[in-house]
Amino acid sequence: MNETNPVEQYLRMDRMPHIWCSGCGLGTTVNCFVRALEGCQIPLDQICVVSGIGCTGRVAGYLKLDSFHTTHGRPIPFATGLKLANPKLKVVVYSGDGDLIAIGGNHFIHAARRNIDITVVCVNNFTYGMTGGQVTPTTPIDATATTTPYGNFEEPFSLPYLAESAGAVYVARWTTYHIRHITKSIKEALQKKGFSFVEIISPCPTLYGRRNRLGDGLEMMKFYKENSTIKNGADTREVGLGFKGQIVCGKFIDRERPSFLEMYNLKMSERLGSSYKTYEGIQ
Amino acid sequence: MRADPKGVLTGPHFLDGDHACCEGALAAGCRFVAGYPITPSTEVVERIAARFPYVGGIFIQMEDEIASSIAILGAVWAGAKAMTVTSGPGFSLMMEHIGLAAMLETPAVFVDVQRGGPSTGLPTLPGQADMMQARWGSHGDYEIIAISPNSPQECFDLSIVAFNLAEQYRVPVMFMMDECVGHMTEKVIIPPAEEIEVTERHYTKKKPGEYLPYLTNGDMIPEMVKAGDGYRFHVTGLTHDQRGYPVMNPDCQEKLVRRLVEKIRLNADKIIRIEEDETDDADVVVVSYGITSRVALRAIQTARAQGIKVGHLRLITVWPFPERRVRQLAERIKAFVLPELNYGQMFLELQRAVEGKAKTYLVPHGGGTVHRPEVIYEQIKEAAK
Repeated sequence: MNETNPVEQYLRMDRMPHIWCSGCGLGTTVNCFVRALEGCQIPLDQICVVSGIGCTGRVAGYLKLDSFHTTHGRPIPFATGLKLANPKLKVVVYSGDGDLIAIGGNHFIHAARRNIDITVVCVNNFTYGMTGGQVTPTTPIDATATTTPYGNFEEPFSLPYLAESAGAVYVARWTTYHIRHITKSIKEALQKKGFSFVEIISPCPTLYGRRNRLGDGLEMMKFYKENSTIKNGADTREVGLGFKGQIVCGKFIDRERPSFLEMYNLKMSERLGSSYKTYEGIQ
Repeated sequence: MRADPKGVLTGPHFLDGDHACCEGALAAGCRFVAGYPITPSTEVVERIAARFPYVGGIFIQMEDEIASSIAILGAVWAGAKAMTVTSGPGFSLMMEHIGLAAMLETPAVFVDVQRGGPSTGLPTLPGQADMMQARWGSHGDYEIIAISPNSPQECFDLSIVAFNLAEQYRVPVMFMMDECVGHMTEKVIIPPAEEIEVTERHYTKKKPGEYLPYLTNGDMIPEMVKAGDGYRFHVTGLTHDQRGYPVMNPDCQEKLVRRLVEKIRLNADKIIRIEEDETDDADVVVVSYGITSRVALRAIQTARAQGIKVGHLRLITVWPFPERRVRQLAERIKAFVLPELNYGQMFLELQRAVEGKAKTYLVPHGGGTVHRPEVIYEQIKEAAK
């Protein structure tokens, strides 16, 4: 038995076992992510993964790539610095809903507006897992969290709508049930020039599922299977998520818009003429 | 290494401190700046934004100071020399990433053109009340280096020093200007590039697979790598071992934090820069830094003219504090006088170093302008009694 799992070469196996609970969807997302890397012809040495803080924030530490575990909410501006200083890098931000959308929400919309050429993978489990199950900006109304013991009453963000409105050029949503679709979307996102965004709805049975009587990880996956519909190209205004409601998945947005650096170089050459040398990274 | 001539505007100039700081950064090899507008520091990034397209650098105005202070760290890990520039309120927002820079051992320069505080305070007027924040502002134990220029010429010269020290010790360096120094315009001489010493990043020569991100060889400062070079390295703000992997136990914490602290403390004598004048026969020594050192000079001249034996110790690096030298002086002088634009910050450090062996007098000032020299003089006269 010398067979090793083909994804092992992408992982820091010396860090296993990982810290995620049984039934958690994060491992599935990582599996899909590395399978996307397998198929997309980008040299692995050129790929950087940046995470913030939280359960998803631990992803960077398990991937055998140049990887950065930064501060809470700030992986996007860190990634912005990485990418702008060396545009040859393929920079992926991999973090959770609390990290990217609550504390990091401002950076999310501004990176999308600028069309920074990075891929953002947001694992949305509707809760702060690491700190014990508090409400997040994606928690549906009526869902219970430790800080909304009588049910959430705040309108959540619908991430595809937010991403599209802010300027993302690629927006997709899947659940951890849709493993092939996730892989395909991440592959497309990585190959897309500009700010690409993939939301992955993922079960947190320990801190979200149990508290909301959604069952264990397997039952949550069954729920995704039975309540998801794929509508590629759906209007992102209509893909909001309700508590125990239908989940609209698909590739919603795939459009062209010049990236930050393309615009930078274009506008600098327009103004400065021949004295401007195209910026391709710090020399 | 010598400076890249592309970034060096050799010759005599008439510059304010903010612009001189920009030119110093360029000469030091800084090619990435992220910032957010804030008075009185904005002129630094305005000039950077104008200059960078001609020298192959990139400036980005971020959405806030939090983003600015971590974008520079990303850029450093991609191989750039990087800096951010701010003033009090923005400096407050940057604290978490000063800690991250210290923890990841990321060389970077944080410029704080100090204004009156607290809170929004006096946006257009000077203060020196971020001195303790520069040292202790982020949570946890760590060491930084902080430098305080007192003229536009020093804004140029010392910002190069700031970048060099950041690289040498893999530490965030605070460049503690103040509104007066930032906005005063004076002659600044920029030397030829070949006369400017620039410290390059110490990249490892080890191959991927042999390299451990936080292995040190006696000097306590690990070798660096950058993203994209095939090392597939990991860094984390969590307590980590030599591999850069998180290890959450007291042993690992002790090893790591002790090294982060000692790499600066044990090298303090090499890092510290001070300027002394007439301290040999002094009964009283005035300790000062930044703009206040120039006001103090007038007071010292007056006191000398009155026959008071007073010397001057100017802090160029404010952190680490020159405690060894201060203690030597304390053994034989009567008193120290320390004027600063706050109600006692570096003064606390002075008192700590003096250990009661000499008298210490604070000349406090709330900021918004500088001291009147007479006030400092009166304190010198009192101290000499």
